[in-house]
Amino acid sequence: MTDLVDLRGIAKSFGGVRALAGVDFSVRPGEVHALLGENGAGKSTLMRVLGGEMRPDAGEVRIEGKAVTFGGPREALERGIAMIHQEPALAPDLSVAENIFMRELPGVIGWRGLNRRARALIDRLGFDIDPRRLVGDLAVAHQQVVEIAKALSRDVRVIVFDEPTAVLSARDAERLHRIIADLRGAGVGIVYISHRLEEVFRIADRMTVMKDGRTVGTVTPQEAGIDDVIRMMVGRPLSAMFAEKSRRQAGAEALRVENLRAGTRVRGVSFAVRAGEILGLGGLVGSGRTETARLIFGADRRDGGEIFRNGRKVAIRSPLDAVAAGIGLVPEDRKGQGVILGLSIRVNATMARLKPVVNPLGFIRRGAEQRLVGNLAGSLRVKAAGIEAPVSSLSGGNQQKVVLAKWFHVGGEVIILDEPTRGVDVGAKAEIYALIERMAAEGKAVIVISSEHQELFGLCDRVLVMGEGEIRGELLPERYSEENLLSLAMTRRDGELRMAG
Amino acid sequence: MTTTTAGTPDAPRSRADIGELFHRYGTFCIFVLLIVGAHLMSPAFLTERNIMNVLRQISGTGIMAVGMLLVILTRGIDLSVGSVSALGSVLSAYLVAAWSPEASTALVVLAGAGCGLVTGILVAYLRLPAFVMTLAMMTAARGLSLIISNGQPILLGDSGQAFTDFGAGFVFGVPQPVLLMFAVFIVGGVVLGFTKFGRIVRAIGSNEEAVRLSGIAVPRYVCAVYVISGALAALAGIISTARAGVGSAQVGVGAELAVIAAVVIGGASLMGGRGGAVNTLLGAMVMGVISNIMNLANVPGYHQQVLMGAIIVIAVLLQHGTRWLRRH
Repeated sequence: MTDLVDLRGIAKSFGGVRALAGVDFSVRPGEVHALLGENGAGKSTLMRVLGGEMRPDAGEVRIEGKAVTFGGPREALERGIAMIHQEPALAPDLSVAENIFMRELPGVIGWRGLNRRARALIDRLGFDIDPRRLVGDLAVAHQQVVEIAKALSRDVRVIVFDEPTAVLSARDAERLHRIIADLRGAGVGIVYISHRLEEVFRIADRMTVMKDGRTVGTVTPQEAGIDDVIRMMVGRPLSAMFAEKSRRQAGAEALRVENLRAGTRVRGVSFAVRAGEILGLGGLVGSGRTETARLIFGADRRDGGEIFRNGRKVAIRSPLDAVAAGIGLVPEDRKGQGVILGLSIRVNATMARLKPVVNPLGFIRRGAEQRLVGNLAGSLRVKAAGIEAPVSSLSGGNQQKVVLAKWFHVGGEVIILDEPTRGVDVGAKAEIYALIERMAAEGKAVIVISSEHQELFGLCDRVLVMGEGEIRGELLPERYSEENLLSLAMTRRDGELRMAG
Repeated sequence: MTTTTAGTPDAPRSRADIGELFHRYGTFCIFVLLIVGAHLMSPAFLTERNIMNVLRQISGTGIMAVGMLLVILTRGIDLSVGSVSALGSVLSAYLVAAWSPEASTALVVLAGAGCGLVTGILVAYLRLPAFVMTLAMMTAARGLSLIISNGQPILLGDSGQAFTDFGAGFVFGVPQPVLLMFAVFIVGGVVLGFTKFGRIVRAIGSNEEAVRLSGIAVPRYVCAVYVISGALAALAGIISTARAGVGSAQVGVGAELAVIAAVVIGGASLMGGRGGAVNTLLGAMVMGVISNIMNLANVPGYHQQVLMGAIIVIAVLLQHGTRWLRRH
């Protein structure tokens, strides 16, 4: 059987950096081929070559045995190669049907036929989405369904999924996996890129691990375990990722919230966290965890509820108030809200507390700032060309360390971290875990929101599980398990189990 | 500070640096090329008299460009500067008849700041689009200046002698309005480069949400840039009155476009965050030199406008070219 896609000896350099150094990669009909590796290993570059977005410096792209050269993404699409990106590339103000048939919209649109065809495609995927709705009004999971339907609107032979489940809840991820299984059964070749190894092991037929622009090897889930694959990616096993939980003594209550409310997203949330404690907020995406964090930090307006610091009530109406009350937030959307990409590490690190580096006339004391940020970056082990390097030049993990540096510099007593390791590669993850542990050891009250259950269990002293804007229950370390967490997340207070999928 | 490790690519420097260099000094290169070209075209260009002429002509645009630069850095736009400068022109001639020149100047600048405060509140606190709000102020300020002047030019009387002296005066052979423009640029450059205010303004244009989530009162800063822009526009209006000896509501028609063009030629990005005072000054001078060359070469006025449009496109294309260079 000929491979659908056969990439041979693909090399690509940017400036002087070799992103790909002669990579071989193939996709057979009806298989799910996972592509794994840390960020910067070359996965995305390889897929951009396959998708016609980039021309390789050397090597050959063969489609069903024939060597081809793509002039652009369009030509790749015509050969039946579709890309589903992590963030849906759709027009938010157009309808679902218009988006699906974007490439072949007639001059005059016959709405009825168009909607019927769109409906048929979506039905085939097992979803119920009105083709007349605007894409911008859909949840991210449904937007992804629209992307897949768009890919299927043509004769597609290979679909590349680039971290499709990063933005999905467990339930939607499950449905996506069922779609992938169907496509595979229909003989479509699937390339699947993900950082979530558990799911990769569930659905992949083959796994290729990349590191530093080369392939380390290709294995099947039967012949290798998760630890083996992690070792291929970084050269160390999973168990070494979490710091030994130090014998921290939780101190007095540092933060308490009572009956926080905001529309239907947060419905009466109350909890407390103590100094030196790491509290986890678990649950599905959309369960109100991020919203709760933003309410505490004053980033969004709340309908009601009270916030107490060290037992005293504080009025928090804006992030300004929150920072003054000693609360910091590491937001979920690092590039959009955490860092200022175009500016240097130095400028980013002092943004939340300029006072120590500004003289009374408002001038910045550059020398003092350089020393301060230099020390900070050194102690957090930020890997960069120097503190004047723009944050955009850093890897995701190091960008996140800059955000952490910012809050270390502010020195507040409460810190909320929303998905602190999303899009961060395995090596940097371990370092960020160590920094979170360090914050708690310094006596800060730490709240961690994460959709990676193992991360919560590895880091937190206890985990509160949220669902539909409420706190559904609490897990202590002796009850840590994915089943317990999910059953809390999906069970209403009256005990009725919400059906998964 | 840790040094680069294996995982972090560090080598695309050489080419990136060319791009960065060009971005930083591109406006300067254009400027030097223009000077050389102008000198070759007309020996009359590089005379002290002509150069001072060019500088005097751009002094108003230049001063307004500093305010516009601040606004554009926050990802905003101020279309009202031309009209506010007309208000400044009319008001200065009107007030100086009854008040001392110093008091008149102060009141006029305050009036300009007041216009800026109105748009600033609308844009920063009520979060209305800057384009539309400053468009509204553009209309309103022009109307106000027509009301105050009754649609007639207001001649500077004897009490306005101080203004006329300033407009025609020299210090060490440099016209005083030009010195004022340089002073404004120096202050603007220092504020942008070395103060907390400048840093936050720049940061807001790069990523407003990240700045807000750092606990900074973003609206205060956004409002402030419109106030500064209004005040500087009014100041430019005083210069116009001082040079012409007349306060007129017809001053600065279309000036906002010339000012924006100067800032853009100076390499600032309308997407915010990028731009500097020195390059903006060069941008204003490039505009002045080009129109001067065209005058010296006897290019008819209508043709000049077409050429100016083309030149703006070329300048921006050059900047995009450098960004492209950096990416590939």
